[in-house]
This record gives sequence, structure tokens and C-alpha cells, in this order.
Amino acid sequence: MSIIPARAMGRPLDRFDGADKVRGLAPYAYEHPVARPAYLSAVRSTIATGQIMGIDCSQASAQPGVLGVLTHLNAPRLGTDDGELRILQSEEVAFRGQFVGAVIAETSEIARHAAGLVRVDYRPRPHDVDLESSREQGRLRVPQQIMPMFPVTVDKGDVESALAAASVRVEHNYRTPWYNHNPIEPHTTIACWNDDQLTLYVSTQYLMGVRSTVAAAFRLDPQQVRVYAPHVGGAFGSKVPVHSDLILAVMAAQLVPGRSVRFALTRHQMFTQTGYRSPTIQRVRLGADAEGRLTAVDHESFEQTSRLGEFAEHATRATPTMYATPHLRIRQQVAALDLPTPSIMRAPGESVGMFALESAMDELAVACGLDPVELRLRNEPVAHPLDGRPFSSRGLAACLREGARRFGWQPRQATTTPSRQDGWLVGTGVAASTYPVLRLPGSKATIRVTPDGRYTVLMAAVDIGTGTRTALTQVAADALRVDLAQVELRLGDTAYPPAAQEGGSAGITSWGATICVGADELRRRIAAEHGGTIPADGLEVTVDMPENPHLEQYAMHAFGAQFAEVRVHGETGEIRVPRQLGVFAVGRVVNPKTARSQLIGGMTMGLSMALHEASLLDPRYGHVINHDLATYHVSSNADVPAVQAHWIAEQDDQLNPVGIKGAGEIGIVGAAAAIANAVHHATGVRVRELPITLDKLLTV
Amino acid sequence: MDTEISLRVDGAERRLTVDTRTTLLDALRERLGNTSPKKGCDHGQCGACTVLLDGRRANSCLALAVAHDGAEIVTAAGLAADGDLHPMQRSFIAHDAFQCGYCTPGQIVSAVAMLDEAANGWPSAVTFEAPDGSDGAVGTGPVDLATSPDEIRERMSGNLCRCAAYANIVPAIQEVAQS
Ligand code: FES
Ligand code: FES
Repeated sequence: MSIIPARAMGRPLDRFDGADKVRGLAPYAYEHPVARPAYLSAVRSTIATGQIMGIDCSQASAQPGVLGVLTHLNAPRLGTDDGELRILQSEEVAFRGQFVGAVIAETSEIARHAAGLVRVDYRPRPHDVDLESSREQGRLRVPQQIMPMFPVTVDKGDVESALAAASVRVEHNYRTPWYNHNPIEPHTTIACWNDDQLTLYVSTQYLMGVRSTVAAAFRLDPQQVRVYAPHVGGAFGSKVPVHSDLILAVMAAQLVPGRSVRFALTRHQMFTQTGYRSPTIQRVRLGADAEGRLTAVDHESFEQTSRLGEFAEHATRATPTMYATPHLRIRQQVAALDLPTPSIMRAPGESVGMFALESAMDELAVACGLDPVELRLRNEPVAHPLDGRPFSSRGLAACLREGARRFGWQPRQATTTPSRQDGWLVGTGVAASTYPVLRLPGSKATIRVTPDGRYTVLMAAVDIGTGTRTALTQVAADALRVDLAQVELRLGDTAYPPAAQEGGSAGITSWGATICVGADELRRRIAAEHGGTIPADGLEVTVDMPENPHLEQYAMHAFGAQFAEVRVHGETGEIRVPRQLGVFAVGRVVNPKTARSQLIGGMTMGLSMALHEASLLDPRYGHVINHDLATYHVSSNADVPAVQAHWIAEQDDQLNPVGIKGAGEIGIVGAAAAIANAVHHATGVRVRELPITLDKLLTV
Repeated sequence: MDTEISLRVDGAERRLTVDTRTTLLDALRERLGNTSPKKGCDHGQCGACTVLLDGRRANSCLALAVAHDGAEIVTAAGLAADGDLHPMQRSFIAHDAFQCGYCTPGQIVSAVAMLDEAANGWPSAVTFEAPDGSDGAVGTGPVDLATSPDEIRERMSGNLCRCAAYANIVPAIQEVAQS
């Protein structure tokens, strides 16, 4: 495959929608001006499992301004078997906080007040929300294959014998908590039924998914559903799947045909209704020879899913890709609990799995008396450790070296004593990052050209803040070999050709590849059919995403190395991260400005994961108790003194015609491990359970 | 209960009817159609709804509209004259100090107000020295933000950015503080 030459690509262009966003004029889903909107407010279950015995809506219905009340008694029957989406279908309650009703009213104040007046009587049943005890009692199962190319069970060689024979061994459990995405824009919808047409403004990463899921659930032809998502206020995976809030909004709109129903989840509801990252309990066992060469790697992960559906956080996914080892064992198990179903969250799998693996590698470096950068370099594989395929490109070693240089990494015998400055213990840490190059099916693109040389590219793709609108226009201009000013990209509307989701760092790789094919086709037709000049009435082509002939042949992954400096106060245990530095190998960088923002955003979310975030479950009631932004702490400005992202030049011709790997996920991968490893270097305390809070450092 | 109030929003006089339960944020967004201030939490915890309320930054989700009859409100949409951008807005664009942009109007209003607060000598938790360095009293002289990113970080920590553009927000503000 040849990759297109860069003219517009590589330039650090400002975001095209910047001027609208800084004034607040770019409309997010809830904000579309609609005539006579109605407002929806949800009623949620107050028990974890059981049955609704009675529901009294009389007081709510009697409120002036109430337009309707939805319960399982009057809700339409849904044509979906997705348990998470099947709301208001029976008396059954599957988790605390599940929707059991809703009120539609003339104003949001009335809707909210009236929702509080709906009385629900329950007969609770005992519930099981405890992952630890499910694991101890063996109430676990192997999850279904998540993506066929990434097996959930691996046995290569004989791990037990190799471990027994290893000169150096480490074996530890690592734990990560429940995380919530918490985009600052909540999940929001405007839904309006007009005759048989449903119009939706949705905060989503996947317009086509919204259309097909809603069409199936309400037994519609997809053509009856039009979805708009011009701007999305952050998502981090939570807005890839359709969640029950959208179903509720569509149900409500059915009750008031012709009215546009506005629905925004409250921040509290965001902790229950929009998926989350499952907590993980992971066991990593590493065996190495006296020089630190791995002889065995064993990684197991236990996670939760719900009784309504299965989603497994594929925490072990990256492990087979990382290091050369003759013996490898991977296990993955889930427990089905009476909780909402977890879902995709930024770097699903890698972000938590690499916390465990990269912490364990640091422990191995200590055990071997080796510098942790050197340990990783020694274990670089020449080909993919699992199946022997060559890597299309593998920049880990280069990132480690370049990162060490930029960071000022002092190679160390892992036993070196850390320094103390003004009462602070200072340490440094390193960890590797990786994320696969995914290829999501289902994209098409239409490209139109008019005789004045203006090109319009149409796709139902979406910009969730990643900079797609800007970067993909750069790709299109180069694919078409024309100036940026000649190209207009239109996205965020299902009237355009279908596009894969913005997720898995695969938005721009999938869409960009499709646009390249369209550009070739357009040029070919102008040359072949029109003698090289654009016809007077213009020309239009629509193409599918190309196959990649190299897919089976090569292992395709992005890599990176992250370094962190940590200070732990000797008296209070306060933890600060004065410096994070990452170097990444992500193929071609289309727009250095927006790509850098993605990378530092990921790294900062990794800092947040390392030190702050944890959704705390109350096992008695089955809900997250710190369900707001005051008690679920995400990094704030003062937590982030300095974060730097760099990349190495990497040309990879096997990936796609643009030569890109995507940069949305990899920044978070390894960030928490680098910080945990630095905490160990600073204090001698190994924290194997995130977040690293000061109580865990009390032994200092 | 409905009440009629008037607000001056981004320079324009507006009369509107609000429920006594209506927050200033919802009055702006749902009654007046000014969606520049965003709703991130409705609890005063994220800062997305920040507006200038009678010249000072405030979380509009924590204010009841009826309590502010006659108030002067400036949102990010009204920081500069029609079609123009405020220097802070230009600096945010140049530094790519946002990704999704949902926290951004709040960040920018907050930053503009914060420059004033510092100029007026209001100390923050990281202002250890008296701002004028003379008599040990705080609040007597301007705080220099241009040379103290820590001051900016501290003073901007009421505005969460989940896209985590902090490392770009700080230099964006610093540049405006310098000029
Ligand atoms: S919406 Fe007001 S502070 Fe979050
Ligand atoms: S830019 Fe997305 S939350 Fe700040």
C-alpha cells in the first residue's frame, strides 16, 4: 500500500470550530433551537433488584404543566433484546437506578418536581453486587470473544514449569476500581416524532449506531430515523453504545407527537445510566532469567458484568503484544452482578491491564536489579510474541530511548535510594503504552466536486472533541491533492453516507482510508470519463472503506513510553506529579496541534486514574455513593503542573492509505503505571490498588 | 410559581417569566435560548455554567433567577462585540486550550474574571506573599499571573475539563496576562 503525500497534513492548524466553541455558539445536542420543547425527567428504581408492586402517578399527573407520565404500564413494547435498553417492559428491577418511569412536562422544573411525586412500591429481592466474593466463590465465567483477533484465553508453552524454573519471579495482584467516564456534557437528546419520522439530536460517538438501534427498538425502518450530532461535549467511550436514556427520550416523544422532547441526564444519573469501566482484580506472574529476560508471563483478570448483558473489560488484551516470552498464559473471567452493564471507556482493556503489567515489570526490574528502561529494551520481541507475525512498525524501543533522553532519565539499579527535597520524597517512574490499530467496518464516503474546484466530503462521522472536523479535512485535501480551502467536510448527520463510530482510536483511520479511496475514484473518473476536466454539472462518487490486504500479514499497534516524576510529602503523604512526559509512535501525525491535545488529554486522564478516580459502591444498596463531581474527583487544573507529549517520526505503509494509527486512547495507557512506579521509587511503597491515595502510603 | 424578571444579558435588556425554581443557568439556556453557558453538573462542581454576574464570575447553576432580577449577565457569547473574539478567546484557540469545547465558555469567562481578581489583589490559596510584598497584608496589590502559572492553576481549578486541556489552558491565560 502506498500512503498519500502530506501537504495539508502535518500542519498544526487551529480547530475549524474553535471560534464557535470559545463563544459557546457551537450547538450540542440539547441546545438545538426547537419550537415548544417539552422536558423529560426520569424516575429511577430505589432498590437493587426486585419487583415493582405498584406505581401511583396520580399526584404527578395532576401537576399543571405535566404532559404525560411513562411507566411500564403504558410504555411501548420494544423490539430489542438488549437487556440494558429494555426499560419499562415489566415490573422487574435489575439494578438500583434503573429507569422505572418518567414525566414529560412543559418546563424542566415541572418535569423534575413531578418525577419526584411518582410513588413506586417495590418488593425487593436480595442482590449480589460483590465482585470479590464472586471471585472467591468461583461464580465466574469466561466471557465471549470480544474481538476475534484478540483472544481472551491464551496458552503458549508451559507457564507453570517456566515459572518454577525462572531465576527471578514476581507474582502480585493488582486492583483497579470502577470508573465513570464523566464527560462534562452529560448524555443528552432531543427527540421529536412527526408523522412517521423521528428526528434525534443526540450526544453520540456513533450516529449510525443510534439510528439502527433506535430503529430496531421501535420497529422502524432506519430511513424513518434522522440523527444529528454536529458537536459532542466529550464522551471517552460512553457515547459509543446507545444507552437507555435515548430509549426513554424516544418513548416520551411518542407520547407527545410533534413536540421536541429534551432530555439531559443529571450528573447523578451519569453514574448509572451510561456504562462504566468495570473494576478489575488482576494477577500477574512474571518469570525471568538472571539477565531479566522474560521466560514466562501469566496475566489473569477478573471483572464484573451485569445480569442484563455482557461486557468484559479486556484487561489482558495488550499483554501478548508487549514482550518476548516463550511461555504465555492469559485468562479472563467475569462475574454477572446486579448492577448496570459496564461498557467501553477510553482504551478499554489496555488502560487498566497495562497498569497491572507495567507495574509488574517495574517490580521485575527491582527484583533483577535492572534499570526499568533497560529491562523493557531487553524484552523487545522481533515479531508478535503470540503468532510470529511481523509488526508493521514497532516504536516502543525508540519511544523509550527518546523519552529517557527528553525526560532526563537517570538509568538506575532499581535499588537506588530516592532523593529528598524540602520534606518531599522525589521519585521517577516509567511505563510502556500500547494500543492496537483497529479497523472498524461500515464506512462510506461521498465526495462531490463542482467545476469551480470545490470539493465536498460527506460522511455521518462525528467530532467528539478529537479534532476530526479539522484533521479529516486535512486528510481529504491531501487525498484529493487540492488546497485545504477547496475542501468542505460535512459530518454529524445520518443523511450522509454511513460512518463507523468515533471510538477505539479508529475514527480517523477508518474514515480517512475511505476518503482516500473516494479521492482516487473521483480523480480516475475525471480522467477516464471527462478527459481530465471537471464536468460542467460536477461529479460525485460514493465509495466504501477499502479492505486492507496487509491485515492478516502484520501486527499493527501504536506504542509509547511514559515517564513521571512524583513527589510524596514525608509528613502528610500528599502526592503530587510535577512532571509527566510521554513519547509516542502513532504513525503519521495529521495535525500536531490537535493530536498533542489528545495525547496530553489521555495522559492527564491517566494521572486522574492514578491518583483520584474511583466510583465507590455501597454494597448494601448497590449504587455508587460518590455520584457527583465533588466526590468523584477528576483531575483539576491544580493537579496538573506539567504534561508533555511528543512523538517519533514513524512511517508505516501497511496501516491504511493515510499512514495513521489514531491517538485518542494511547495517552491514558501506561500513565497510571508510570506514576505508581515513581511513587515506589520515591517511597519504597508499592501501591497495587488504584487510586494511589495518601492512606496507602502511611507506612512511609 | 411564575414571576416576571428582567436581566441584562450580553448587553441586551431581556424580560422573561421564570418559575421561582428556575436557576439562572436554566433561565439563560431554556428561557432565553442563550446556550453559551453549559450545564455539566447543576451542582456548582464543574464550572461549565460560569457567567459574569454583575461583573464577577459565578456558577449560574447555583443562582436562582428570581434572586437576580435586574442583574447584568455576561456570557462567553457576549465577551466581545458581535462577531469578534475576546483576546482570551483568541488565545484559547491558538493554544488549543480545549477539545470538545463544552467546558470552554465557562473556562474563558472564569479566566477573564480571574485576571481582574488578580489585578485587584485578591489572594488565592497559593498566594503566600502579600501581593505587593510590602506590609504583609494580603489583597493590597496586584497578583502577577504572567509569571506564576501556579496562581493560574489554583484560580482556575473550579473549572473542570474532562478532555484535560489544562496544560494548554494555563499558557493560553498566561499569554493574555502578559499582554
Ligand atoms: S453546571 Fe454549574 S458548576 Fe457545573
Ligand atoms: S474541552 Fe472538553 S471538557 Fe474541556
